[in-house]
Amino acid sequence: MAPLQITGQVLDVRRAGMYTVLSLTAPGLAERTRAGHFLNIGIGGEESGLLLRRSFAIYQVQSRGVYGGSVDIVVGVHGKGTQWLVDRRRHDNLSIVGPLGRPFTLPKEPANCILVGGGYGTAPLFMLADQLRERGCRVDVIAGAATEEKLFGTLEIKRAASTLTVTTDDGSLGVQGRVTDVLEDIITKTQADVVYACGPMGMLAAVAEIATARGVYSQCSVEESMACGVGVCMTCVLPVIGDDGITRMVRSCVEGPVFRGDRVRWSDVGTVPPDTLGAPTGGH
Amino acid sequence: MSRALITSGPIDPTVNLPAVDMSTSLGYFETPAPVFTASGCAAAGKELDQFFDITQLGGIVTKSVMMNARSGRATPRMAETPSGMLNSIGLQGPGIDSFIENDLAWLRQRGARTVVSIAGGSVEEYGKLAAKLRTVDGISAIEVNISCPNVEDRGQVFACDPNSSAQVIQAVRRNSDTKIPIIAKLSPDVTSIVSIAQAVERAGADAVAVINTTLGMVINLETMRPALGGITGGLSGPAIRPMAVRCVWQIHQALPQLPILGMGGIRNGEDALQFILAGASAVSVGTVTFHDPSAPIRVQQELEIALAQRGFATLREAIGFAHRGPDVAVIEEEQE
Repeated sequence: MAPLQITGQVLDVRRAGMYTVLSLTAPGLAERTRAGHFLNIGIGGEESGLLLRRSFAIYQVQSRGVYGGSVDIVVGVHGKGTQWLVDRRRHDNLSIVGPLGRPFTLPKEPANCILVGGGYGTAPLFMLADQLRERGCRVDVIAGAATEEKLFGTLEIKRAASTLTVTTDDGSLGVQGRVTDVLEDIITKTQADVVYACGPMGMLAAVAEIATARGVYSQCSVEESMACGVGVCMTCVLPVIGDDGITRMVRSCVEGPVFRGDRVRWSDVGTVPPDTLGAPTGGH
Repeated sequence: MSRALITSGPIDPTVNLPAVDMSTSLGYFETPAPVFTASGCAAAGKELDQFFDITQLGGIVTKSVMMNARSGRATPRMAETPSGMLNSIGLQGPGIDSFIENDLAWLRQRGARTVVSIAGGSVEEYGKLAAKLRTVDGISAIEVNISCPNVEDRGQVFACDPNSSAQVIQAVRRNSDTKIPIIAKLSPDVTSIVSIAQAVERAGADAVAVINTTLGMVINLETMRPALGGITGGLSGPAIRPMAVRCVWQIHQALPQLPILGMGGIRNGEDALQFILAGASAVSVGTVTFHDPSAPIRVQQELEIALAQRGFATLREAIGFAHRGPDVAVIEEEQE
């Protein structure tokens, strides 16, 4: 279904640890959204000097209610654009385009699923956990971050999971270490069929490597900086191996953001591998 | 006379505005509407067609295509700048054969007017691209992106030298159907854009597209290295609009018969009107599409309003209107 371009009104702005959760009216968006979709938001109004839209994983949607549909996103402040966004107040209008991208693929049969979230990369996993459980899947969640305050929604996601394992680099909450330090064990214990992951690229690379080595199917939602989010600017590319075995620079906004973990050339992200289709032969 | 008179001064937004004849032409390419997408900002139209009816635009200018598939450059490919952005995509594309088979076939089936943008690393490559396009239907015009490094001339950009620019246009003209207009896309990174425009006109260009991005650079203060994988990149967006309007003005002044497709930071209908008044026959909306995927059609609607508000009955009579002599006064109030 085609994405919508709509004006949404801010319903609520609330702090969640280091992050800010924005609830926006978004008529029509909820019905179209599946776990893993994202949306983008115009920054600074019509005459803004910041031209590029900011992209966010869709955290929650509501299709009914007094507002005729709403959507929640989780914002971490990284610069002027995201700062402007968290400074919005109730009743402010925002330009929203979404849902965008390819969502997570759900198993056809009940399966054992591990969901791995790094930092606020847990945001799209809430909807995913619900959808998986509705299909009779077992859901185990691993949430990791550098420190406790950089985790998002761990209490809430526990409700949708058979088990929740928290890791922090500094040991401020849960197991001291990284999500990958506990992943192997949980794959074994739960006899996992699928690993879903969302978070920083380094974490995704490590998660995909472990899953692939264990023969477990993995799906990773990548974080590439985007300009348009709709497939026209060719900014957000990364090297991905196609069904034909050929590597191409593909757009994470329309061919992703969810990719098979065994198809992304993680160690080559940020480069054009020499065997990529159309890679430069000499100077470029 | 029954037609409305050109007016200046404050605009009354409550007045019911008459429809404006928005038809225009670029050489012998006649189009009912004056707003185009800009090459590299609309892929091949399909993605934007989700947001508005692309057949309502003057036309789709496709991303510059080369002979062979091309991966483009490493990331980061983009950096946001004040009222603009830098890009170093590196002409990622499928190659001309795949483009014709997939993208062009879709555009033709969709019924969109299509301007195919081509890019080459040598004069010969441009000629070959034109010859390929000669075999297919459904092309309204060819845009020649000459802002590419010439691999046969130490990587010197074609668009920065009048002779190289002319050679490319001659090669495309020789290999193209004579009924297909050729639009040369010029770089602003030259001492005299008029001399380049003169060179391509003499070489057989039917129109010029003005302007391409201008070369820029950003240093990332965290890594203390260039922000872009390609080190330098093309600057676009409203930040370069005054430069673009100046280029259109200079070319129209020197070569009033040469049609201009104006572009550079157009964000709304009034921005577009500046280009028309400076001498552009049509305009392209580029970078602002990344900010608002409906921008091309919105700008076209706003441009019609902006023309009507000033009493223009046709777009054509506004082309180059800012060049009129002091003896042509605008009428302050409508008269009987």
